[in-house]
Amino acid sequence: MNWLQDTVYYIGAFGLVFIGLFVMLVKRNLIKVIIGLSILETGVNLFLVSVGYISRGTAPIFSNPLVETRTRVDPVPQALVLTAIVIGVAVLALALSLAIRLYQHYGTLDLSKIREQKW
Amino acid sequence: MRSIVSLVALAVIGAGIAVSLDEIPFGAVKSRVGGHYVDLGREQTGASNIVTAVVVNYRGFDTLGEVTVLFVAAMGLGAVLATRRNKQKPDIESASLVLYTGCRFLFPLILLFGAYIFINGHLTPGGGFQGGAVVASAFVLVYLGCRGKKINETGSKLVESAGGLIFILVGFAGLAVGGHYFLSNYLPRGELNTLFSAGVIPIIYIAIGLKVGSELAGVIDRLVEEST
Amino acid sequence: MILVVTLFILLMLAAALAALVFKDLMSAVIAACMVSLIASILFYLLQAPDVAMAEASIGAALVTAIFIVAIRRTERYEE
Repeated sequence: MNWLQDTVYYIGAFGLVFIGLFVMLVKRNLIKVIIGLSILETGVNLFLVSVGYISRGTAPIFSNPLVETRTRVDPVPQALVLTAIVIGVAVLALALSLAIRLYQHYGTLDLSKIREQKW
Repeated sequence: MRSIVSLVALAVIGAGIAVSLDEIPFGAVKSRVGGHYVDLGREQTGASNIVTAVVVNYRGFDTLGEVTVLFVAAMGLGAVLATRRNKQKPDIESASLVLYTGCRFLFPLILLFGAYIFINGHLTPGGGFQGGAVVASAFVLVYLGCRGKKINETGSKLVESAGGLIFILVGFAGLAVGGHYFLSNYLPRGELNTLFSAGVIPIIYIAIGLKVGSELAGVIDRLVEEST
Repeated sequence: MILVVTLFILLMLAAALAALVFKDLMSAVIAACMVSLIASILFYLLQAPDVAMAEASIGAALVTAIFIVAIRRTERYEE
């Protein structure tokens, strides 16, 4: 139980990273690859926030005067992950627009049929 | 063949990562910068939400870079999906009366909720990006429910540009007020936990919230357009 | 408490595997939305309410909407 408590968040985050990487490497449909990219980014963000966690800490917000004396978790990884989530959605929107353009040009989204993209 | 090679490569990478994760104990204090920001954040910036103070005040330049990336991505999406032909608008069957009225009723309420989130960014959890996303999802509701209604393109472009410009001008004003640096917090701190406090942080977050909201609504509008 | 967290993480990994396996792209997108939603709950349990709000509103709502519109303009099934 102690081992589980120390590693379960890392296992979850890296499990998502590896599943996302597997989808990106193996699947042939372009939209499936972009779904894999989205899962990969969620996994990385989860890992970053779980690095900043401090045991028995609470959120770094001072609105309530009753919780003054508890320790706060690290606010810097949370700020970085906020930026990363927004940049992730920007990258996904641009990738999907390129996928729509490719479909209009080639008529198919299968990567093995689009000739310039061979693994 | 491809799956087996990928699985072997990922297994090797996984073993390497599992060995090196021993150096990062879960739940221990790992850096001192975070503790410094938590201890001194309230008196140096005046904000109650330390994450907002880090995003806008201590690391404000990174937020400027993020706003730029979002802007470039929206511009690239508009450029890739631009068409020159004037298509005939297909006949869209309008939605039923219940759906139409429901969406029209909910739209200003969701806008109000999004505005509340980004105005109170320095007091409660929230901020410009979360509030902007809620505002954009109000526009998605209108696109889904009341079919055929579109946003006013000129108005959306004006709001987006005004949001970006206000952010940069407030930053430059920090440079002009003698002796300070770009994006410094030069307005008075005010009392803790009140709405008019924390210097320039609410002004910057309101500008970011309006900009992100209209930008993401424009992205949805560009994607939905001419879909048959 | 730790059992609840383990249950959530197993559910999240199962949803990610479902997004890998499904051939209907709409179902795969809904599975990815579920991954985002459970990640938002985990962010809240890690004492990060700002990040939880951002992930729920941006990752679960807007990314799914963008995906569904893009799938409507291309093909729906994988093969």
